Amino acid sequence: MTTPAATTDPRMTDPALPLLDARDISVSFSLGSAIVARLRHEEHVLHAVDGVDMVIQRGEALALVGESGSGKSTLARALSGLQRPDRGEIRLDGKVLPARRSRADQRKIQMVFQDPYSSLNPRLTVGGMLHELLRVHRVVPRGEVESYTRELLGLVGLTEEAVHAYPRQFSGGQRQRVAIARALALRPELLVADEPVSALDVSVQATILNLLQDLRAELSLTLLLISHNLAVVRHLCDRIAVMYLGRIIEVGPTETLFASPRHPYTQGLLAAIPRMTFTADGDAPAVRGDPPSPLRIPGGCRFRTRCPIAQPICAQEDPALTSSGDPAHAAACHFAFTAAVPAPRQPADEAGAVAETE
Amino acid sequence: MSERGVPGQAMLEVDDLRVQIATRRGIVRAVDGVSLEVEAGEAVGLVGESGSGKSMTLRAILGVLPPEATITSGRVVLDGADLVELPRAQLNKIRGPKIAMIFQEPMSALNPVMRVGPQIAEGPQVHLGMNRARAAERAVELMRRVGIPDPERRFRSYPHEFSGGMRQRVMIAIALSCDPELILCDEPTTALDVTIQDQILRLLARLCRESNTSLVFVTHDLPVVAQVCRQLAVMYAGQIVERGTVQDVLTRPCHPYTLGLVRSAPDVDHVRASLVPIPGAPPSLVHPPAGCRFHPRCKFAEEDCTVTDPRLRMIDAHRSTACLHFERCLDELRTEGADR
Repeated sequence: MTTPAATTDPRMTDPALPLLDARDISVSFSLGSAIVARLRHEEHVLHAVDGVDMVIQRGEALALVGESGSGKSTLARALSGLQRPDRGEIRLDGKVLPARRSRADQRKIQMVFQDPYSSLNPRLTVGGMLHELLRVHRVVPRGEVESYTRELLGLVGLTEEAVHAYPRQFSGGQRQRVAIARALALRPELLVADEPVSALDVSVQATILNLLQDLRAELSLTLLLISHNLAVVRHLCDRIAVMYLGRIIEVGPTETLFASPRHPYTQGLLAAIPRMTFTADGDAPAVRGDPPSPLRIPGGCRFRTRCPIAQPICAQEDPALTSSGDPAHAAACHFAFTAAVPAPRQPADEAGAVAETE
Repeated sequence: MSERGVPGQAMLEVDDLRVQIATRRGIVRAVDGVSLEVEAGEAVGLVGESGSGKSMTLRAILGVLPPEATITSGRVVLDGADLVELPRAQLNKIRGPKIAMIFQEPMSALNPVMRVGPQIAEGPQVHLGMNRARAAERAVELMRRVGIPDPERRFRSYPHEFSGGMRQRVMIAIALSCDPELILCDEPTTALDVTIQDQILRLLARLCRESNTSLVFVTHDLPVVAQVCRQLAVMYAGQIVERGTVQDVLTRPCHPYTLGLVRSAPDVDHVRASLVPIPGAPPSLVHPPAGCRFHPRCKFAEEDCTVTDPRLRMIDAHRSTACLHFERCLDELRTEGADR
């Protein structure tokens, strides 16, 4: 499965050109009435994604990590064309994708969802589902639909009998294989996987992670993986982007980020991962408190309410994503690349909760 | 807290517990001969995949099984009394002051139309005979202890006004409200973000240390169990297949299933070229395989594994396994260590 039309246009094979280049993407949702919101001192517009730039190189695996509510799924949906952004520009192969994508453009970015139980049509057999897709998008000539379907199922490690089976007849892991086959059927250039293994048992997780790894090698697939599991991310991805309240606050190569995280949030996130050996000595948690509601994003740096090193400047100035030395590694913190990092504050109470402003 | 048990002495003893669930496809032997001791002040982890019977074991201990499930044999002895035989009225006196439970999904375990303060105060009122004002005072103090900011004001909030992490803190406060000897935790952090999970695990570990409360902690996540528990029991297909201290079991698994679990999970500190999944799928518990239940998926399986039903047996002072050929796990680990 090579990407079609890749050789005809010289512009598209330019190796310097990133596969995906998204600029200033913003997505917001309007909730309820403006008057009620004002009475509650809230905004009635929820800024799920707030001016995010993202570049994905051809063939790489980029991870998007962050807490729930950080906007990672919304960003993925916006890139996939499932959610129209309010602002921003998405370029694929240097070509700007319009708000209404043509069928050919839709094919290029495909998505795999978290829950394989609800993302497959229960009334269609696997064969029926794939045939419909292949006919509508005219991926292969009519006569080859059957053989291409078998090829796809083989690719994701399912037997040919799967063609006649309904989703309910499969286990969770097998369903996720069907979902991956469906996404790959359209020969996408970018596969977006939103928490593809979180609903699965550990031993089944491994088979899906190995499959994704093999597919990357075999099809030189570009992957955007959304996950809250940093062990999975480290295993599978070349680069990591960390999101917090709708912004990317740090991005860098996986090993650089694990070895020397610059943003205090990334540092906390990495420290919070439970390890196989006992690490939770001491009662102070890695990151204090709950993330603020996206309806009440703090002014200045958005992390300052939970940040152990927050200074007066953090309430006034919103730090931009900047790098120093290594251009591939950037962080949005006033003290990310300075030698004079303020000493961490001790949490007021040992349980580590901070009063939420309401 | 004067009558707290002596450390080193079993305060909870589960003996050959069997739970069956009647389904249309036949009788599911969800828990099939589980024995477990918990010492005073000890935290025991119960680990396994979905369908291994870990949650059912926990529910059977507290006597809160779903209606279609029944305990067919076995004993659950807490402080000399067999809970399985106890009439409901007696059981209700134990739930709260002796045993409490923390569930995975606090939103469905809390009463959505009742303010959280009164929910926490309810236990002390009923079980400890406190009047309303005293119980409310205790609730506020508990909320402070579990790290809920501004407890006097949050006392009057409803569960939906709390975040997931804060709701789980409320659940913990309720569990602690009658100062129980044993807290049963059913995947208490699975629905939470990793940062919040870290907060809750540290909180649980601290509270149990401070009040010498025992814990039985059910999870599917091996690293999580390593943060809270000292003792670990691994469950497969309704049975405990391995027991020992957490560190020992995770670094030196003596059962091929445990070895499989350890190897199939990506480890954040050691990136491997590829993960090793456990082949096959867990067996049906209506007709479990003869002999060792893991043998159809086990690469070390021999003739005798298909016939002999292996019992959990001690292999050294702190370790037991149900594998007939556990040395092979150790051999495999050794050769792997040599390769590295």
